[in-house]
Amino acid sequence: MIQKALIVPGQPHILLAPDRNAGWASLKKSYEALGREIENSGAELLLVYSTQWFSVIGHLFQVDPKPKWTLVDQNWYEFGEIPYEFRVDPAFGELYAKICKDHGMQASTVNYHGFPIDTGTVVALKLLNPNNAIPASIVSCNIYAEREESRALGLAGRAAIEQYGRKTIVVCVTNFSNRYEVADIDPARDRISSSKDDEWNRKLLEMFGEGRLEDVAQVAREFAREANADMGFKAIWWLAALMGENNRYDGKVWDYQPVWGTGSAIVELTPSSKELDFEKEFDEAAVPSFDTAGGTGLETHNVLAESVVLTDKAPKPVGPYPHARRVGELVYTSGIGPRKPGTNEIPEGIEAQTRSCIENIQTILEAAGSSLDKVLDVTVYLTDMKRDFDRFNKVYAEYLGKVQPTRTTVGVDSLPTPISVELKVIASA
Amino acid sequence: MTRKGEIVGGLLAPHPPHIVYSENHWRNEPKSECGWEVLRWGYERARKHFLAKKPDVLLVHSPHWQTVIGHHFLGVPEFHGLSVDPIFPNLFRFKYDIKVDVELAEMIAEEGRQDGLITKLMRNPNYRVDYGTIVSCHMINPEWDIPIVGISSNNSPYYFSNEMGQAQMIKLGQATKRAIEKSGRRAILLASNTLSHRHFTTEPEIPEDMSREHVYEHSGYLWDMKVIDLMRTGKTRELISVLPEFMDHAVSEVKAGGLAWMLSALDFPDYPGELFGYWTVIGTGNAVVGWDPQLKAAATTQGAMA
Repeated sequence: MIQKALIVPGQPHILLAPDRNAGWASLKKSYEALGREIENSGAELLLVYSTQWFSVIGHLFQVDPKPKWTLVDQNWYEFGEIPYEFRVDPAFGELYAKICKDHGMQASTVNYHGFPIDTGTVVALKLLNPNNAIPASIVSCNIYAEREESRALGLAGRAAIEQYGRKTIVVCVTNFSNRYEVADIDPARDRISSSKDDEWNRKLLEMFGEGRLEDVAQVAREFAREANADMGFKAIWWLAALMGENNRYDGKVWDYQPVWGTGSAIVELTPSSKELDFEKEFDEAAVPSFDTAGGTGLETHNVLAESVVLTDKAPKPVGPYPHARRVGELVYTSGIGPRKPGTNEIPEGIEAQTRSCIENIQTILEAAGSSLDKVLDVTVYLTDMKRDFDRFNKVYAEYLGKVQPTRTTVGVDSLPTPISVELKVIASA
Repeated sequence: MTRKGEIVGGLLAPHPPHIVYSENHWRNEPKSECGWEVLRWGYERARKHFLAKKPDVLLVHSPHWQTVIGHHFLGVPEFHGLSVDPIFPNLFRFKYDIKVDVELAEMIAEEGRQDGLITKLMRNPNYRVDYGTIVSCHMINPEWDIPIVGISSNNSPYYFSNEMGQAQMIKLGQATKRAIEKSGRRAILLASNTLSHRHFTTEPEIPEDMSREHVYEHSGYLWDMKVIDLMRTGKTRELISVLPEFMDHAVSEVKAGGLAWMLSALDFPDYPGELFGYWTVIGTGNAVVGWDPQLKAAATTQGAMA
């Protein structure tokens, strides 16, 4: 159902000031050509992720069916205003948000008069979909999301598209290198602000031209560090996950130009069935799987889903990860804290918390076909080693003293919830 | 002859929209049961003290008006509109009516230019004023009957270095001081910055559920206490020297420059700042701290201004 993916820049220069720079005019021309293709493509939905729509609390999903305003950009207002009225598909946004929530992610829909649609989204929709021929859905970019969460958001998007059943074009609004010129420049003489950034941009564009989206996702972190990439280039983690995490695309680089020193490119990736000899980039290990607990079904991850353990009898994970994974004859748990299942109540004191942690682990191990007496190795995280170690040890001995697993105890600054102890174990099945 | 203008107060005035949400002001559409009272009460005390000085203008430096090229100033006499927070739209949908002291804004811009800074006036009346500016001004002057000078935060520390950004802010502060003196205005400065700035990425079902509110991480709290202590003991030159480190270690919002700008305009006070309140907002550390030049000699202990 995903027809293609587009990577586009979101600076207003392209829309409002193409007459001031040949490169900006070229980007506008490429944008418009793509827009004409899209209008005739039979696409039924544009799914837009923009690095310029920041969120802090999880992710936000636009569901106002007709957001309308006049945008005056906070920095580039001298180029003029952008009045807009978009056609949004609220049902898709609701579905996407629900799937995220079903998988333990924080997600909220947005339907408020006057909500400020970000400049990147406005520019992209104005140029790609000028007649509102295709309804759009818009999702935010969480400023704290690392690869794991960006990837989970992408997989949730893929699940939503599959469930929704509409022909979808995915639009990723992001710059490449993002080092703006911080002085007034003659627009006609705009250039990439650093030759190193330019080299990196070109390296990635070569990979995109070969359709190697997943390979780019693998080197995104290094690119971000070297070329000050837009929002750490996390948009590509989202996009790669959403597109199926492979390199089998027909890639086309429509354009690459400087915009006030940044690297701005338009890339089109169309899924193909081409055979690949090997994947070229594996700079990063796999991150934890996006599970299927929400019942949405994700084909690309069903192989992993078979080993995933999630149980209602243990406290719900605080992020997109399962309680445990069973691999062969071994069970690996996530870090498990003392929250009570259902109520999330945190017991008072290290003794009660230790007891509760171990009982939660017992529940999870039993759900995975194992048990406490099969624990082989334990990692303990204490937020106050000096204060709690002895009292923790006494309770630990009650449960695991006779089992004698190997153990490592680590003092940490903090844990994700206000708890004093967390345990992670490996057990035989 | 025009009297010499003066800065009659400077405030670290953070802008979490939650504190407007929780006071249920008629200008803000969403309503709450309670929340973040300690910070709001701190603002009330600060307001009482500083508005008694009858300022002609409030100057606010906001991290939520981000500019790439130089330092921008609101340049239209009045702005009216609706501010919907893009991050917390569930909490902040605020009708604003703002009067701007354009003449003073132009004077600061000119002084800044003479110091080699790039400065611009934003002349489009349809521009939507950012929520950082609105929250800080609202908490100090909820009647909105004093004109403001709205100043953007330049993004150069995000492209280059904390030190480079801070050096610009110190220049901008000096330019601000000279312009105020030439203008004859009695001015209060608002540095719209949070201290430690790591947020929780989840929100309780009831956003104002205070049982869920605490500082995000211990190290952020330690840093907050360190910088507040430097403020309370009047060691602002030492403070300015550790700010770049604070920015990195506690992801502090002072990176946006408001605090450095204000301290520079106040000539780096060597007298204690008054801590009016400290409280966390979704994990971030927020302090309301004021400097009153008139109380330079007297203000030696906490509570001196209350």
